[in-house]
Amino acid sequence: MFQFMHYPPQLWFGQLSLGLINGSFYALLSLGLAVIFGMLNIVNFAHGAVYMLGAFCAWFLLNGFDIPYPVLVHGHLALASAHLPSHLNMWWALFLSPLFVGIFGMILQRTMLRRLDGLEPIYGLLLTFGLAAIIQGLLQNAYGSSGEPYDIPGVLSGGHNLGFMFLPNYRIFVVVASSIVCFGTWFAIERTRFGATLRAATENPKLVQAFGINVPLMITLTYGLGVAIAAFAGVLAAPIYQVNPTMGADLIVVVFAVVVIGGMGSILGSIISGYMLGLIEGVTKVIYPQASGVIVFVIMAVVLLMRPSGLFGRAS
Amino acid sequence: MSVNKKHLFAGLMLVTTALIAPAHAAASKSLTLAVITDMSGLYKDAGGPGSVVAVKMAIKDSGIEKQGWSVKVIGLDHQNKPDVGANVARQAIDQDHADAIIDVPNSAVALAIEPIVQEKNKVFLIDGAAADILTGAKCSPNQVHFATDTWALAHGTGGAITKSGGKTWFFITADYAFGKSLEKNTGAVVIANGGKVLGHVRAPLSTPDFSSFLLQAQASKAQVIGLANAGGDTINSIKQGAEFGIQKGGQTMAPLLLFITDVNSLGLKTAQGLEFTSSFYWDLNDKTRAFSKRYQALEPLKHMPTWDQAAVYSSTLQYLKAVEKLGDATDGRKVVAEMKSFPTDDAVFGKGEIRADGRAIFPTYLFKVKSPAESKGPWDYYKLIAKIPADQAFRPLKDGHCPLVK
Amino acid sequence: MAAVLDTARPATGKGTSRRPEIIGIALLLAALMVAPFFVYPFFLMDALCFALMACAFNLLVGYAGLLSFGHAMFMGTGSYICAWLAVTYGQPVWLGIIAGVAAATLLGALTGVLAIRRQGIYFSMVTLALSQLIYFVAVEASFTHGEDGLQPVAQGKIFGGLLDLSQPLQLYFCVLVIFAAGFLLIYRIINSPFGEVLKAIRENEPRAISLGYKADHYKFMAFTLSAALTGLAGATKAVVVQHASLSDVYWTTSGSIILMTLVGGMGTILGPVLGAFIIEGMQNYLATAGQWVSVIQGLVFVVCVLAFRKGIIGEVAARLGIRL
Repeated sequence: MFQFMHYPPQLWFGQLSLGLINGSFYALLSLGLAVIFGMLNIVNFAHGAVYMLGAFCAWFLLNGFDIPYPVLVHGHLALASAHLPSHLNMWWALFLSPLFVGIFGMILQRTMLRRLDGLEPIYGLLLTFGLAAIIQGLLQNAYGSSGEPYDIPGVLSGGHNLGFMFLPNYRIFVVVASSIVCFGTWFAIERTRFGATLRAATENPKLVQAFGINVPLMITLTYGLGVAIAAFAGVLAAPIYQVNPTMGADLIVVVFAVVVIGGMGSILGSIISGYMLGLIEGVTKVIYPQASGVIVFVIMAVVLLMRPSGLFGRAS
Repeated sequence: MSVNKKHLFAGLMLVTTALIAPAHAAASKSLTLAVITDMSGLYKDAGGPGSVVAVKMAIKDSGIEKQGWSVKVIGLDHQNKPDVGANVARQAIDQDHADAIIDVPNSAVALAIEPIVQEKNKVFLIDGAAADILTGAKCSPNQVHFATDTWALAHGTGGAITKSGGKTWFFITADYAFGKSLEKNTGAVVIANGGKVLGHVRAPLSTPDFSSFLLQAQASKAQVIGLANAGGDTINSIKQGAEFGIQKGGQTMAPLLLFITDVNSLGLKTAQGLEFTSSFYWDLNDKTRAFSKRYQALEPLKHMPTWDQAAVYSSTLQYLKAVEKLGDATDGRKVVAEMKSFPTDDAVFGKGEIRADGRAIFPTYLFKVKSPAESKGPWDYYKLIAKIPADQAFRPLKDGHCPLVK
Repeated sequence: MAAVLDTARPATGKGTSRRPEIIGIALLLAALMVAPFFVYPFFLMDALCFALMACAFNLLVGYAGLLSFGHAMFMGTGSYICAWLAVTYGQPVWLGIIAGVAAATLLGALTGVLAIRRQGIYFSMVTLALSQLIYFVAVEASFTHGEDGLQPVAQGKIFGGLLDLSQPLQLYFCVLVIFAAGFLLIYRIINSPFGEVLKAIRENEPRAISLGYKADHYKFMAFTLSAALTGLAGATKAVVVQHASLSDVYWTTSGSIILMTLVGGMGTILGPVLGAFIIEGMQNYLATAGQWVSVIQGLVFVVCVLAFRKGIIGEVAARLGIRL
């Protein structure tokens, strides 16, 4: 169990690099969740499902869309589908998939989530839980459970031998792409005029509305942004994880924990604790691998008992 | 009020007894087969709706309906939860008067269903659960096991690879009972064949990222990396193994439990070179090809059959033949005894037999996944490396300690 | 985050009549007496166990304003301990149930001390974290037999052959007695002075403290009681399904308990029971719908949140103008 004693030190570099890469995914996912919670006060349980939709959307863009429509077969209602060809690679997907999924999210927000304005977050949680079940169930019926293959784009295949480990180029790309998106989002919300208005709109919507700013539209766009970041993470995940209808389902509580550790609603906190958790999990995978799934909850319990509002949360 | 209630109560009792009684009396020449499988989780493609298709094919091929039998098939979801599986099985038997429970991928669920089937004296055709104790300590006169099992997988893969030079092993094991038993069995075979186990790492179930574990496997410098896991875990370890250049670096990856739908999901570029054991492949001979083409046309996702679905077909066919011979399906123990009394013969496994412990015996095969260049088209994935004859493929009867074997 | 749920808050104070509630409870118990003659008893027993669990959960969330996301740990502990005694040591199931309740109570007390120091969503998250730790223990410990679980729990004859639990009807009425006892206890607690203080704390904790009530003490008691009753439900379920397994202690079980309570009506005495029957009924009777179950369930939740926010009982009561 405790094998780190005779574990060569240079291999630790390898494990820590891997931890950082996994942290990139946690950071992206918890960032989107924190944006949505901070601005809309909604605990978005559908976050795992939209992450999965992002990956599936990338797959659709490469292999074509199947558009289902109902037909009558021997008096029974059944689904048939029309194939819409598409051959767009991952570079397109990195932009188009978050865009499509973001629009889908905004439609959900406009048609359903908006009706929960002013209610306790638990209702948003229940609604998004239901939406996640529907999205996952539909895709599972259409594409099965073993998932779909998605290759690493040609330019990013291969890797570098760093001496202590073989580091695939694609993983380097993941870290870079994720940090750009994380920094960009943080900057947009904390350091720009748009962000200031947005934060003001969540603090005091009536007042901001009085300045002639369309607050409901801002809220919708924010939800779209949070969802789009999750979809972006999904596209990044497609080549290394399986593109599978349940790929987001097991991740959701872990990401919740990451957000809570960072401090609910804290943008910076969610990013930092995302990367941090990746590193800690990486270390656990060597020292006591069985516990690598539970370590995040241990940390969450400890953090909450020491600092009630998370590492970077404002004290309530 | 109180007087009325008493009358009401007595009346209700009478009505219910009247309702329940005729259902059992009318048991002649009608059969209900309950396919309890994974309709929504990781084994959905391995069993799932495809298992229901396989049962329907077996009914048609048996010709039992032409003999005046009416056969009903119900497909039920166990959600990979043992308690749900047990409830669903009990209800299928009590309420739908199911005569046989079929498939049940997921050993934990199969183990939960086993005592219920025995208590109700029905028949359990196990096709998707691979735990070898189902024909060992947990064998029962009410069940037969057509799936491959952990012993066969360990001996097939572990034995063949070690004999052909893969002497040192490292295991990436799913941290649950099934994974651990697969690791233990395979490790023992490796050692028995002169090999060495250099280490293992236990990964929590449904871990998305295996790179850390793969790196540890790489660092061990073992020739073979055994994957003692299933479903999405196997797929992710293989996918990331290819990304980290494990096979290119000279190490062989050996998934211990693999379905053809997993290979389909991975794509040949990623899966090429994997070595593993399977009891079925659609492209083995004319009969398997004909069966599989028929199956594929009926299956909702147009997949080729997995070894689980093939076993469902084979076991259901043998069951229906036995029922037809007996002319009565009410006594589960009798039907199972009848199933064991004559040899199996079907399109998927060819000729075989069912042993006293319930184990169905047929040859198994060691396959290697083709490279994209070798493959001629969709589903042309495997090349045959070795055939393990039926008498060597499964655990010897005396070693299982099944109480039915004296 | 003073109160977890504003809308589901039952009206208290003047003008509240308990009559509709009492009629409702009487109708429920009467219906349950005759139900096994019409409905499959094993479905009823399973639903009753979940109903008791949802009621225990409701005691905490509906009346003390504490939304636990970790009740699976109490259910799992109850069912594992009961099954462990019965399967490994061959003890009679009634002893298993008592031990299961004791273990769940102990765990409730230990985790309660930690959890009640936090409020709102942070309370939920602490309970989730603790429950995931218990799940980890269940995966790693040898006595639980991993995903294979502990089975079969022999129901058998108890009390010197007085009751034969392998007979579905006898088992059913035992389960019904356990459910009714737990349910009436909860009803009693809610309407006791203790319950009134809990409600006062939920409404305005600083005010209750200023009136001299030790809020933490009351919350701790409510938490431990809720844990004990959840453990009772879990242990009973182990006897009914003859099995204890990892899914009992996984977070999705905590999720289902929350859903049951919300669908039925949080903060209403009958709501969680109805919710449990609806959710379990969907699982059970939609099993043949196979792959469509999760889609249908998802639709039900969406419709519930959009159209029946107070839960079914809460909504019906509001329409009829009954104050619960």
